[in-house]
Amino acid sequence: MSVATQPGQPSWADVNRDVARTVGMPGNTYFAWMCLVALILGCGVLAWAYQIWTGMGAAGKRTPQMWAMYITTFVFWIGIGHAGTLISAILYLFRAKWRTSIYRGAEAMTVFAVMTAGLFPLIHAGRMWFAYWLTPYPNQRYLWPNFKSPLVWDVFAISTYLTISVVFFLVGLVPDIAALRDQSTGVKKKIYAVMSLGWEGSDSQWRHYRRAYGLLASLATPLVLSVHSVVSFDFAMALVPGWHSTLFAPFFVDGAIFSGFAMVLLLIIPMRYLFNWYAYITDKHMDAMAKLILVTSLVLTYFYICEAFTSWYSGEHFERASLFYRATRQYAWAFWLQYLCNSVVPLVFFWRKARTHIATLYIVSLFVLVGMWFERFNIIVLGLGFDFYPYTWGTYYPTVTDSTIIVGSFAWFFLLFLGFIRVMPSLSIVEVKEVLAHPLKHAPGGRH
Amino acid sequence: MAMASVLGIFAHVDTTLDAIRKLREKGFSELTVYTPVPVEEIEEEIERVRPLSKVRLFTLVGALTGTSTGFFLTIWSSLKWSLVTGAKDPVSFPPFIIIAFELTILFGGLATALAILLLGRLPRLSPSPTYDPRFTLDRFGVAVSCPPETAATVTSLLTASGAEEVRR
Repeated sequence: MSVATQPGQPSWADVNRDVARTVGMPGNTYFAWMCLVALILGCGVLAWAYQIWTGMGAAGKRTPQMWAMYITTFVFWIGIGHAGTLISAILYLFRAKWRTSIYRGAEAMTVFAVMTAGLFPLIHAGRMWFAYWLTPYPNQRYLWPNFKSPLVWDVFAISTYLTISVVFFLVGLVPDIAALRDQSTGVKKKIYAVMSLGWEGSDSQWRHYRRAYGLLASLATPLVLSVHSVVSFDFAMALVPGWHSTLFAPFFVDGAIFSGFAMVLLLIIPMRYLFNWYAYITDKHMDAMAKLILVTSLVLTYFYICEAFTSWYSGEHFERASLFYRATRQYAWAFWLQYLCNSVVPLVFFWRKARTHIATLYIVSLFVLVGMWFERFNIIVLGLGFDFYPYTWGTYYPTVTDSTIIVGSFAWFFLLFLGFIRVMPSLSIVEVKEVLAHPLKHAPGGRH
Repeated sequence: MAMASVLGIFAHVDTTLDAIRKLREKGFSELTVYTPVPVEEIEEEIERVRPLSKVRLFTLVGALTGTSTGFFLTIWSSLKWSLVTGAKDPVSFPPFIIIAFELTILFGGLATALAILLLGRLPRLSPSPTYDPRFTLDRFGVAVSCPPETAATVTSLLTASGAEEVRR
């Protein structure tokens, strides 16, 4: 008896077919979405051009909140970029089989989110054509960056994270693109042939590939944890009340993973529906993702409590005043919205049914993303708005320019992601096949 | 002496494994095995007689280069362009560790990717003569490089192991 697959499971050929059909010519709805997203992006680009032309005042940046929406959104996007590498590297090392169906989409999300985040320091700095000053290079004036500055650590951490995430992503794609190459014809075949680097799946190729993939995962694991720690140092190294805390590194890392998982859910739920991938992305995956969101939410709540407790227990006047200001003054709505979205709403996932109910998953994910954006807003804008001296206190008002640029950044992210899912395999062919039953002629245990 | 190539195409993991073992027993060691996914049992069988992959050596050298570059860059540039504050030494290790760590990961990762290309002999400009597009779908291939006079023996061994198709 030939034992190809277990009943109800797709066969290996099904996997190739189901992925190959997603990279065909898309329909009108897809192009309509692309046009809409491109239009919003166009508005964002125009707003950026206006800001460059008129100056940074157009972005509503004035003392004391010189770090406002741009840095908030920068930290938000870096956070989103955490889930992909966490799923692809850390869960790979833990041999969590459920990751195979979702990691490609999550990895793409990571790469595009970090690319989006990388735009914000440029937008924020104003004269972005001088951004290369941040990198160390030999110059006639013997000037070098100050390596003791957390902002320079950021440049290194994020460039390394982007590079390694892209390498990891591309390495994972090679065997899958080879599978698409072998199922394509004409120009498409030629393009995939170049992109697959002539991959054949021979034993010598797999041998080096597997070892390299494991090593890349091992290198990416500490990197995932370090990137947001380094981002948190931008704040924790300063003396601003509410920022100067040793809690910030794990607090930021947990928040990043939390928001990253929410974005993964937001992307894979429509993908599963549109590509009819119910055989691959099952309720088990939704349940696992919801559980991770719940756990990270509980950890985050613990950090929130610690933050408030240490502000009070320290006896430090400015820390206490800063907390009181945030919770009761003009930004109180933003402060309490953060707690509602990040600590209260995810509790619904204690209920088993909610963890597989699509509308609930979607709504909770949206709440989490809103909550996490406001968390960064509260740290940055509120932290700077209430400093040591009353003459430096201030209220920040967003402008049309900075708001349009921020909405445009979402359009940029979704444009990249929509483009990706139509030209590349957004489900890992090789890894999904690996976890399916391998075809055997003779059943294990000697049965025939 | 010109060698002949015989390719057996299999539908199952166990029959492929059986063919590899039988070929090895008969002294045929010039094998290339194609699989749609990495299969642990096949890998173990092949690894038995082959040295371990050198990928990790690339990673190690890359990572150490990154560490030393990170420390060299930060220490050298701090001495070259000293920003002395509070009469403290311009060379300060704790912040430099962050740069060294990032460059360790960066160089280690890039060297690992380079290893895949160099050791896996990629990119390949044209497919191997024994390659079949079904090997990325759901079929396994065992290609044997052997003297022409033994090609008939290899063909019968592959057929006996359960090959769906054998071609020279």
